[in-house]
Amino acid sequence: MRTLSRTLSRTIDAGLLRDTGALAAAAVLIGVSFGAIAVAAGLPGWLAVGMSVLVFAGGAQFLAVGLLAAGNPVAAALGGLLINARHVPFGLALAADRSNPSVLGRRWWTRLLGSHLMVDESVAFAIAQADPVQRRRAYWLTGGALLLAWNGGTLLGVLLGGAVSDPGRLGLDAAFPAGLLALLWPSLRDPVARRVALVGAAVALLATPLLPAGAPVLLALAGLVAAAPVPTRRARGAGPA
Amino acid sequence: MTAAVLAVAVLATGTYAMRLAGVLLADRFTPPGWLRRLLPLAAVALLAGLAVTAALTEAGRSAGVARPAGVLVGVILAGRRQPFAVVVLAAAGTAAGLRLLGLP
Repeated sequence: MRTLSRTLSRTIDAGLLRDTGALAAAAVLIGVSFGAIAVAAGLPGWLAVGMSVLVFAGGAQFLAVGLLAAGNPVAAALGGLLINARHVPFGLALAADRSNPSVLGRRWWTRLLGSHLMVDESVAFAIAQADPVQRRRAYWLTGGALLLAWNGGTLLGVLLGGAVSDPGRLGLDAAFPAGLLALLWPSLRDPVARRVALVGAAVALLATPLLPAGAPVLLALAGLVAAAPVPTRRARGAGPA
Repeated sequence: MTAAVLAVAVLATGTYAMRLAGVLLADRFTPPGWLRRLLPLAAVALLAGLAVTAALTEAGRSAGVARPAGVLVGVILAGRRQPFAVVVLAAAGTAAGLRLLGLP
């Protein structure tokens, strides 16, 4: 037992495991409420679970279920896609990182599988790690744990039904943004990243009453103007990749 | 029903396509150095925008008091380097508690 835990802690550090466990526990509860809400909205249970397996993006799923319940499947698909469009820059950021080992691995199947594990939490946790080995571990551990937790939770919610349909009562709606900010926190130690985050969040917030769900978050990219002045090519030379 | 299945299929396929698109693009073309420096910052901007709008708004309007207060407690604890579980539990507990007291 002792040897096992020592071996485990050598491969995966304890802090990472503990954080992932907490994240997964929260995801189970939000998944339960998603499953319950989807069934209450008239979706068949298998479709709710199928959505969690294949879409695997909480915000888009909640929005889509709401719009499906309102009888608007076109808006459900388009609105969900708009919310998920942020994954394109996420993928770019992960794959453009040329450090060794690469976050998604080098083989084609790890890149296909790893792409499906691309969720806000796994991306936030990964980019917060300075060391490439830790970055890869954080990404796969978080993404994998969330995939299991989110789908297990959804299945549970479908089975339990209305007993747990209000995530607000448990305060789970506060858990997601707080958790995401906590994962992002180490990245924000860099003053440039902090400026970018502040400007991006402000732009998204101001746009929220004006634009459909998903679009304001994309506008947060405007926060990149706060990254200027970018060091000139000649002055700094090649920085660490 | 069929329309709902179709909508979910479109959403699932499109979402996976977008997840893969960025990866394939960065695999094909090595982005120049300035862009590679900017991309993690782009992810930070998007995640911060997502977290802050999720913390403060609901369906385009204010999310009330309980949720932002819960998130604020969580952020303060995260700033004090408390473990992740403490952050998440405190945020949820604060929001749930304030709602028990009747706050929106």
